[in-house]
Amino acid sequence: MELTELSMLELGKKLGSGELSSVEAVRTSLDRVDRLDGRVKAFLRVDREGALAQAEAADRRRKEGRRAGPLDGVPVGLKDLFLTEGLPATAGSRILESFVAPYDATVVKLLRAAGTPILGKLNMDEFAMGSSTENSAFFPTRNPWNLETSPGGSSGGSAAAVAARMVFGALGTDTGGSIRQPAALTGTVGLKPTYGRVSRFGVVAFASSLDQVGPMTRTVADCAALLQTIAVHDPRDSTSAPVKAPDYLSELEAGVKGLKLGLPREYFELPGMNAEVRTAVEGATRALETLGAQLVPVSLPHTRYALATYYLVAPAEASSNLARYDGVRYGLRASGAPNLLAMYGRTRDQGFGLEVKRRIMLGTYALSAGYYDAYYLKAQKVRTLIKKDFEEAFRTVDAVLSPTSPTAAFRIGEKVSDPLAMYLNDVFTLPCNLAGLPGLSVPCGFTAAGLPIGLQILGRAWDEARVLRIARAFEREHDFHRRAPPLGRS
Amino acid sequence: MSLTLEEVRHVAGLARLSLSAEEEALMRTQLSAILDAVAELARVDTSKVEPTSHAAGEVAPWRSDEVQPSFSAERSLGNAPARVGTSFAVPRIIE
Amino acid sequence: MSVSDFQPVIGLEVHAQLLTRSKIFCGCSTEFGAPPNANTCAVCLGMPGVLPVLNEKVVEFAVRTGLALGCRINPVSIWARKNYFYPDLPKGYQISQYDQPLCEHGVLEIDGEDGVRRIRIRRIHLEEDAGKNVHDAGGGESLVDLNRSGVPLVEIVSEPDIRSSAEAGEYLKALRDVLVYLGVNDGNLEEGSFRCDANVSVMRRGATQYGQRVELKNINSFRFVQKAIDYEIGRQVELVESGGKVAQETRLFDAVRGETRSMRSKEEAHDYRYFPEPDLPPLRIPGGLVERIGRELPELPRAKLQRFASSYGLPAYDAKILVGDRELADLFERTQAAYGGPAKKLSNWFTGELLRMLKEGAGAIGALRFAPAQFAALLKLVDGGELSNNAAKDVFAEMFRSGRDPKEIAREKGLVQVQDTGAVDAAVDAVLAANPGEVEKYRSGKKQVFGFLVGQVMKAMKGKGNPALVNAALKAKLGD
Repeated sequence: MELTELSMLELGKKLGSGELSSVEAVRTSLDRVDRLDGRVKAFLRVDREGALAQAEAADRRRKEGRRAGPLDGVPVGLKDLFLTEGLPATAGSRILESFVAPYDATVVKLLRAAGTPILGKLNMDEFAMGSSTENSAFFPTRNPWNLETSPGGSSGGSAAAVAARMVFGALGTDTGGSIRQPAALTGTVGLKPTYGRVSRFGVVAFASSLDQVGPMTRTVADCAALLQTIAVHDPRDSTSAPVKAPDYLSELEAGVKGLKLGLPREYFELPGMNAEVRTAVEGATRALETLGAQLVPVSLPHTRYALATYYLVAPAEASSNLARYDGVRYGLRASGAPNLLAMYGRTRDQGFGLEVKRRIMLGTYALSAGYYDAYYLKAQKVRTLIKKDFEEAFRTVDAVLSPTSPTAAFRIGEKVSDPLAMYLNDVFTLPCNLAGLPGLSVPCGFTAAGLPIGLQILGRAWDEARVLRIARAFEREHDFHRRAPPLGRS
Repeated sequence: MSLTLEEVRHVAGLARLSLSAEEEALMRTQLSAILDAVAELARVDTSKVEPTSHAAGEVAPWRSDEVQPSFSAERSLGNAPARVGTSFAVPRIIE
Repeated sequence: MSVSDFQPVIGLEVHAQLLTRSKIFCGCSTEFGAPPNANTCAVCLGMPGVLPVLNEKVVEFAVRTGLALGCRINPVSIWARKNYFYPDLPKGYQISQYDQPLCEHGVLEIDGEDGVRRIRIRRIHLEEDAGKNVHDAGGGESLVDLNRSGVPLVEIVSEPDIRSSAEAGEYLKALRDVLVYLGVNDGNLEEGSFRCDANVSVMRRGATQYGQRVELKNINSFRFVQKAIDYEIGRQVELVESGGKVAQETRLFDAVRGETRSMRSKEEAHDYRYFPEPDLPPLRIPGGLVERIGRELPELPRAKLQRFASSYGLPAYDAKILVGDRELADLFERTQAAYGGPAKKLSNWFTGELLRMLKEGAGAIGALRFAPAQFAALLKLVDGGELSNNAAKDVFAEMFRSGRDPKEIAREKGLVQVQDTGAVDAAVDAVLAANPGEVEKYRSGKKQVFGFLVGQVMKAMKGKGNPALVNAALKAKLGD
């Protein structure tokens, strides 16, 4: 088998036995990047020297019998909003184009401790706002399964890099679906953990009460292993919960016998769902039933308000989080401004793309005097009702199933000028961000045109182990995770 | 509901965004459409509901009052667009 | 119509820096005077990706302040973002408290013109300080120093219960004294660790509605507080009397001209778009913590003042000086306990010699070289007649410098007065015998030669005669 076909854990084993070296793995990955990324355009920055040095260190550790763990030496990629000391962190934006991170994000520190060489920084929708990576200030990333289509977003670069086997795994962030939706569109596995499971320190903030860091991989076991590495309480993040992570791999093969899986009526009734997606997902739920799970209809009555709720809460928090990009201490500063006010206005107008500006405006409006009660406060109240819907459902079921995305990958340029149409990509994914619950996407089929389809599994708070186990049970019986995009061996 | 150009300009001012006339017009249309879409929230009965102000749990972690090493001047100012000595320099603030 | 037909209504907002070692949300030092941006890190610089973590000492100091001011400590309070753009505000928002502050409904007693006044305190909340902008005279630029960004502040807001500029001054002094006593603030108005804004309005006496209030800023000394408020009251009264309307605005106090000016740059009222801070869970104060802090509260300045006046019988002037510094007051009490004599005598020594020597040597009470027992012993020597007052001052100076025992110093310096009546008699006899002419003059009515004779006796005794004994012996032997 080609080296780059190995999963993270499989590679890890071969590195551990000495059969392969990390340097070899990094070089092979870099080769692949050189051959493919000209077309896929997943990377914003490739750190050849750094990755090779880290690989050499991993190989040294192995020789000295002190491997850092099962993933020591396995090359990974990082969405470009993780601060990685000494490397740029652009968040996909011109306003941070020249910003060099002066410190490491906590999750980056954890990855370094685990020994995974960081190949580079991956493309994304600007400030994580988008569902197609078309909002990147630099260029759109292309879906390896069909280069005319989008890999989804905002972690589109991460998803594409994993799908194209340029990295073995990656980290992304998910605020309204930004890990799961691109995972679904690229036939990979993506997990958004429970809010507070993973540290946000050193992660460029979009919406503070919704953002979470998560793993993006080709297999469910890899996802569990990568999650294990980053699911650590961080005293530098006051929203990081002091809940010790269980061993995510130990129960992975336990299967779904006896589990009750909820099918939320409102999700399946949503207009705009692609017929092929519906068929694939319904087939997947029946497959789980065959494996011993019980399918239970449930109702999440406030689902129809989730989009509106999200598009008030997230932009409001974002409008405040992005106020620091003012040209004073770092990042872009517009030249030639006669005074401070002009400097602010021009810097932010030049530095931010249209979608970011749109959300800043929306969020500012929702918080402004006279509108706070009707918009922001109201949305936060409806959010409570959405949370309660899930709490109610989880009294009778162990997990909730749905499509991850209403459609498969769409053509680049198709939706970008209609914000509302673009926002609809997240209808299935954003409710669990509002509720703070874990959610995962696992490949469950392909359209006739060969585009991947994802099954979403939502779980109770802190129940990632069960979510992973359900995904694994499904994955085991299918070979979707072994299919590779037709990028050719060029 | 339709936003007026005045309202768009007011919000842009609050957000320190110098929008072009074209951007203002686009914002006016698109924001109005989005606000229309979110208006349906008004129909939900939230009279007895508390807002979810905090997604995280109840734990309020505190740190002890110990001085930790600060950044060196280079690190603090390394990304500064303009500096004078170890201060950040900005265009004059009109008082 | 005149100013006296109007009632001033004043509310004060004080921002006080808390004396913690590190900042409120990060571990940078709060020490004053470092080179620009020497005490900064990613968090207080507002870099991408940073998050706040609360300093536990800040909570302790704020609860202490709230309890000392008679407030209710809310078991749950909420952090809020106050959003605005300014170069000294790195995140583009200040983490503060808006709805549900930490403390509410307190009171501070002050001495008003007609007796004790209780000024209610509406609320006390926590927030982070901003950095500093320095306007570069030459280059037309402003320079930003973020050392101060993230220093913890309590904001103390009074109800508009204050009725004159003098009362405002009293309130600020009393508040400052409480905070300094608690050890939570250093009370320095000039350096900016204790800042004050005033809300001033006027209403016609007998009216039922408050007038329009104006916010005054940039009051940075206790002297200026009264000046600024008086000017503003006058300005508003004049405006109202001439048929004008007081505008809702913020005005700066111009210390040079002694007047308040409208702030030109504030084109519109700020819309701070407050919302609950998502990066910090609500602030929950355990009941046990409040109890413990309550038990450990020191006696506060006003209570101490009253006790010093009643228990020690000290006049208000003395008591005020002693109580003005908590360490000085403590030292007084310990010394008085060892002394046991008239407290006013000891007080004179404190307000006189001790304070003088401390000032001259720029010394600190905590670093005194002598013990309270020694000070007490010195006073007993004077009371017992062994030292004259002047000699005692000499001994005190040496005791202050070296910390040695007062009796030892007195002996060494030969300052101990002779108490032996026999020796005194002998000396008097000798002098009278040697000066028959003066004796004659005295006996014939010229009483002024008495001083000369006393001087002669003292000379004969080398200055060590106890003046009282010498006087008595002379008078007796002169037959008076």
